[in-house]
Amino acid sequence: MVELAILSGKGGTGKTSISAAFATLGSEMIVADCDVDAANLHLVLQPGQDFQERFVTGAKAIIEQDLCTNCGLCINYCRFDAISYHAGQVAISETSCDGCRLCFRVCSSRAIRMVESDKSFWYSGSFRNGFMVHARLAPGEENSGKLVNVVREQARKLASMTGLGTIIIDGPAGTGCPAISSLTGTNKALIVTEPTRSGFHDLKRILELTGGFKIPSVVVINKYDLNWNMTGEIEDWCLQMNIPVIGKIPFDAKVVEAMLHCKSIVEWAPESAAAKEISSIYQQTSNNGVA
Amino acid sequence: MKIAIASGKGGTGKTFVATNLFWVAQESGMPVTLVDCDAEEPNVAEFFSGKEQFAHGVFQQVPVIDTERCTFCGKCFEYCNYNAIVFLPQNNFIQVIPDLCHDCGACIYACNAGAITEEPKLLGNVKAFSFNRHALLIESRSEIGVYSPVSVIKKAINEADQKSLILMDSPPGISCPFIATIDQADFVILVTEPTPFGLHDLKLSAATVSQMKKPFGVVINRAGLGNQEIYEWLEYNRVPLLLEIPFDKDIARIYSEGKVLAKETSTYQEVFSNLLKRITHYYLSWSN
Repeated sequence: MVELAILSGKGGTGKTSISAAFATLGSEMIVADCDVDAANLHLVLQPGQDFQERFVTGAKAIIEQDLCTNCGLCINYCRFDAISYHAGQVAISETSCDGCRLCFRVCSSRAIRMVESDKSFWYSGSFRNGFMVHARLAPGEENSGKLVNVVREQARKLASMTGLGTIIIDGPAGTGCPAISSLTGTNKALIVTEPTRSGFHDLKRILELTGGFKIPSVVVINKYDLNWNMTGEIEDWCLQMNIPVIGKIPFDAKVVEAMLHCKSIVEWAPESAAAKEISSIYQQTSNNGVA
Repeated sequence: MKIAIASGKGGTGKTFVATNLFWVAQESGMPVTLVDCDAEEPNVAEFFSGKEQFAHGVFQQVPVIDTERCTFCGKCFEYCNYNAIVFLPQNNFIQVIPDLCHDCGACIYACNAGAITEEPKLLGNVKAFSFNRHALLIESRSEIGVYSPVSVIKKAINEADQKSLILMDSPPGISCPFIATIDQADFVILVTEPTPFGLHDLKLSAATVSQMKKPFGVVINRAGLGNQEIYEWLEYNRVPLLLEIPFDKDIARIYSEGKVLAKETSTYQEVFSNLLKRITHYYLSWSN
């Protein structure tokens, strides 16, 4: 089984458009949308919802005012500044509470309850070229990394059940917990960047992360023709660092057009320059090893 | 006033809007601070430089278990809600995994043997540059491999001159780093693009921001690239459309080079000054 993670550091560089194209190229496969914060791939792949399950992200502390003696012990113990006096009464801020349960444990009046945060879900279903797992993290919830792990676990189960050998992971932006969870244990990483100062800066950071996990990484420059100089600069740097740049995708308004029609670019405009380049990138990543 | 510039979807133009607003504010002579809250991928420093004012590390405490004193009772393991303590009672083995620790202090509270002390672990850095006498840039930057940038973000926002206009360039998504930024804001600008992905993520972030009872408006970037659906949604939900920026390869090129559009063209200098005025107006009418 091969797990390919598509990441970028910077958001909006084209991870999902490329994932959608990969998902509709070649033989059947499993797709895991690990951008649980702002999942979009299902908009293009439109999987059936064969299965869904609730995901408990953690718990939040709630105070029962009639049991609280206003002793303030919990305020002293809370390290997240989530508890304070509000109009003379102890109040817990839902947004600051980390769910560690320490206040619940220190309260001798049993005035604090822990309430599970259970508004997040993950889904699995089939789409036109295989199976897809995705999730929806409820707004403001923690533990997006854990939810990513659930999505990946489910994708692996599907792979072993169906015998399909490829898992495409559409990763989140950033370098923090969901990005780390999307990356660990994968066979290779495809980093999508764009020729902007920000894209270049973020590329270096995400490569530092993949390097730290010793995951072989290759780079794709999307919309490369929006700034030739910057594209050159990125290529030079990658050459120096010995990181293969396996493709350069031109800017193409057809990519957006495809999205508007819930199609991937290779389905919508297979003859477009962007589609051809993405197909070539896919060939290179699915050949032995990385590129 | 604190304005957060945010979006669910990445790459819609948060930093673009934030850097342009910062430029016009400082041009007008207004005291202003731009805080780069995207600690996982901070980019503001690609656009501005200045004289470094201060830089300091942000640390968390992680427990250290003294196995000489430890009685292997397992209470700290039981109290840890983050699976950050590995405990094998048969082997008298106990160990902390610092990367998973949230610095809540529950293990220390749990330990009756006095076997747990704490040591600092670097999470990231906060750096401030003065752009001129009345304009300051503050960058939050988390260390690679650190799970949560939240404390670095909070620290950076706290360092801002509270009497100045504070612009916060928010991290993408709708989870903890985003919440930590929005929580501090008086007004939120949601930047999006008129595509299905943009609209889908706008709905999520708008729901989150409304739930937090923050007034907000929308900036549509790359207008003309997608379809009309987003406009219908804005109208139906009575969400103010603050500004539309057309899709234009020249704008994309200027941004890609790390330049600020409002500085390069007088038209956009005016466009962004007006945006700032409009937001002030919306905020006033909302708070009344």
